[in-house]
Amino acid sequence: MGNYLLRRLLIAIPSLLGISIVLFTVLALAPGDPFEELATNPNVPPEVSAMLRQKFGLDDPVYIRYVRWLTAMAQGDWGFSFVSRVDVDDLILQRLPTTLLVIGSSQILAILIALPIGIYAATRPYSLFDQIANTLAFIGFSLPTFFTGVLLILIFSIWLGWLPFVYRADIPATGWEFYWEHFKQSIMPVTVLGLFQGASLVRYVRSAVLDVIRLDYVTTARSKGLSERVVILRHVVRNALIPVVTLLALQMPAVFGGAIVTEQIFRVPGIGSLLISAMLSNDTPVIMAVTFVFACLVVLSNLIADILYGWLDPRITYR
Amino acid sequence: MDDRKLRKLIGDVKGGRLSRRGFLRHMAAVGLAAPLANQLLAFGGVAMAETKYDYKPTKAGGGGALRVLWWQGPTLLNPHFAVGTKDQDASRIFYEPLAAWDPEGNLIPILAAEIPSRENGGLSADGLSVTWKLKKDVTWHDGKPFTADDCVFNWEYGRDPASAAVTIGTYKDVKVEKVDSHAVKVIFPKPTPFWADAFVGIRGSLIPKHLFEPYKGAKSREAPTNLKPVGTGPYTFVDFKPGDIVLGKRNEKYHRENRPYFDTIEMKGGGDAVSAARAVLQTGEFDYAWNMQVEDSVLKKLEEGGKGKIEITEGGNIEHIQLNNTDPWTEVDGERSSLKTKHPFLTEPAVREALNLLVDRGSVQKYIYGRTGIATANFVNNPPKYRSPNTKFEFSVEKAIKLLEDAGWKKGGDGIRTKDGKRLKVVYQTSINQPRQKTQAIVKQACQKAGIEVELKSITASVFFSSDVANPDTYPHFYTDLQMYTTTMPQPDPELFLNQFCSWEASSKANKWQGRNITRWQNAEYDETYKAAQKELDPVKRAALFIKCNDLVIKHRVVIPVVARPRVSASGTKLTARLSGWDNDLWAVADWYRGA
Repeated sequence: MGNYLLRRLLIAIPSLLGISIVLFTVLALAPGDPFEELATNPNVPPEVSAMLRQKFGLDDPVYIRYVRWLTAMAQGDWGFSFVSRVDVDDLILQRLPTTLLVIGSSQILAILIALPIGIYAATRPYSLFDQIANTLAFIGFSLPTFFTGVLLILIFSIWLGWLPFVYRADIPATGWEFYWEHFKQSIMPVTVLGLFQGASLVRYVRSAVLDVIRLDYVTTARSKGLSERVVILRHVVRNALIPVVTLLALQMPAVFGGAIVTEQIFRVPGIGSLLISAMLSNDTPVIMAVTFVFACLVVLSNLIADILYGWLDPRITYR
Repeated sequence: MDDRKLRKLIGDVKGGRLSRRGFLRHMAAVGLAAPLANQLLAFGGVAMAETKYDYKPTKAGGGGALRVLWWQGPTLLNPHFAVGTKDQDASRIFYEPLAAWDPEGNLIPILAAEIPSRENGGLSADGLSVTWKLKKDVTWHDGKPFTADDCVFNWEYGRDPASAAVTIGTYKDVKVEKVDSHAVKVIFPKPTPFWADAFVGIRGSLIPKHLFEPYKGAKSREAPTNLKPVGTGPYTFVDFKPGDIVLGKRNEKYHRENRPYFDTIEMKGGGDAVSAARAVLQTGEFDYAWNMQVEDSVLKKLEEGGKGKIEITEGGNIEHIQLNNTDPWTEVDGERSSLKTKHPFLTEPAVREALNLLVDRGSVQKYIYGRTGIATANFVNNPPKYRSPNTKFEFSVEKAIKLLEDAGWKKGGDGIRTKDGKRLKVVYQTSINQPRQKTQAIVKQACQKAGIEVELKSITASVFFSSDVANPDTYPHFYTDLQMYTTTMPQPDPELFLNQFCSWEASSKANKWQGRNITRWQNAEYDETYKAAQKELDPVKRAALFIKCNDLVIKHRVVIPVVARPRVSASGTKLTARLSGWDNDLWAVADWYRGA
């Protein structure tokens, strides 16, 4: 096992290097310029933006810039944002709590919805409940978040006036009021994301359970006289959830990455909105850092998923 | 208008035969913006007036929270690094300049004790220096006194190329000397009629010497105060998250009486313009939202919510069409639109005039921009009170056809005019932005009626407005016949603004397309007039020369103005926000209050 882990980690290094080269090259080739606003401002002489470019090393060839970035990154220096002149790791750390809170709770909501509905639907396939659950799931994942988000804003903020639609990370209240305000402003973004993810998860859980429920050992368990409840929870669900757990592990990077569209609609100051604003202002160091963190998380959660497999299913061994 | 006539007008104002407003209207008609016209009066010995502003609160504080929404989040809080308006506005909550521009282009003292004039000895007769007297008993948020040393430091900080400050253009050519503890002298290398740039307005905000001194030059990025501002402004710093939120609370020792009214200020960033408008106009969650780049019809609908109103502030932005003077379709020495070529037909006066007649500005305003874009024939923008009633624009396909016919452009079999084997076909580019595409369609339709073929091209804004040397689709490359975008005139002095028509500024491969003359229009008379204006010692003569420059641009139809783009913002019904088109949105945030 230790050997396997070491080998997997060693393999991850070249793939991360490859990813970083591709990311860096694509960003370098993309049009745009972080000092665009300077270039179009007649009061700023062109020398200023030329000097800034030189100072930030933007005029060097791509490979030199890449090597510089890589050596700095290896020493733990993430660089600084061209736009705000703040260190990139500070920027990311500032956004992380909100991202984890909002996206994390939406994932939990998704799981809380998907598991019971998916399992119940699978135990009664093609029943009325299954049909309704299926239909709702289809509607759920075919409606994009930018539509449901705006719809919720219209209904709950503008017509009913119940919920605020501008998310504020700093709430000037203390005690219960603080938590209440946080809860109130999180309802809409969490619902939008949770329902969207939950909808596709329902379909997944349902089919996984359906695959297992027809197997012979389930029939055996039933003929032993076990109650239906025990059969489903102990024998069916446990086996059926193996692929679902993997799926959830693979979704972990998404939790950190935030949800660009939803964050934009509700002004949630998460990593997704950091990424989009960095992209719009061509702030290369921030884009590079955020995307690279995603890449690391994807590689890492793949590894975790593989290890989880072995833990859940002893038939899988690592060599 | 020559300098003698100008002098007579100034004399008339001084003698009371002409109102200040009347003078400004005259100036606007010939292309001088209100701030410069006001400065001319100051030189002539007519002191600047302050536009009356009715500030009702009788004590500071007690106003609760002021919540403003910028749909682009501020990313930094050092005015010397503030590139975009979002950053300038956020810095303005904490930092202040010596003086600022009010909506009518008058200077208002903020940290200065008074506005320099000839009478109070602030302005030297030769135009070589200006002396600012500073307010006494102003303190920084940390309690240290604000003195002339701080002003001198800001000059050193801004002009140091290693600081990489965006204010370098303002400070690099002047010299600043301390006169005494509360007076500084700005010395110009040559007589400068436009003396109010250093320490004034958008780029004039002052940072404290005692906190920034160790971080001048190459270490400028490391200053902790970059993120935790300590200024003299109406609000003191509480919290800042780049791209998301700025929080401030009332500065109890603020140097202006009964100000500010609000106890806290919160500036939230991010999202999009439409939902920002909603948050102010429909739900009232926020008091003020900046830069409503939303179609007027949508704004009108949101306003029906009754929670807020739209504020239109006249400023210096003009949406205009540029005509290429060089040939964009022939490559010479590795560049198109080379100065060595001449446009096959756009250099012909009749064609330029015809195109001018074919831009239906009235419809562009009526059907596209509404209140957010006002049809104009003038390239120099001005407050509506001063807008000359004489400037007019015309839309007439018939006249355009007649002009082209008379010039020998005959319709071919396909309905497109030709002359000497040249077809009247133009490529017309702009950035991707819905109102711009609609404007393109309106122009194209009229041109087709007149027998001009128009091919439309739209480019992503991030490419079009970049300074990327390798990309042929940027606006400074101008590799098409016509292009349209909004030009800004953030500085009231026209010298910098008008250099975009000088021959030596022509954008080309040699200067990596950094030259400011995008149309590549070259005119010896203009160059001479401009050079004469630069050297001119007498401010009145200089103004007269700039007026002539403007006349030449209009006469030769170098550009076709389409609509003036005023600043559009949304504010809550009860909020009284003091706004100015010549300065940042938050230039007078200390004066804002909420009334019953």
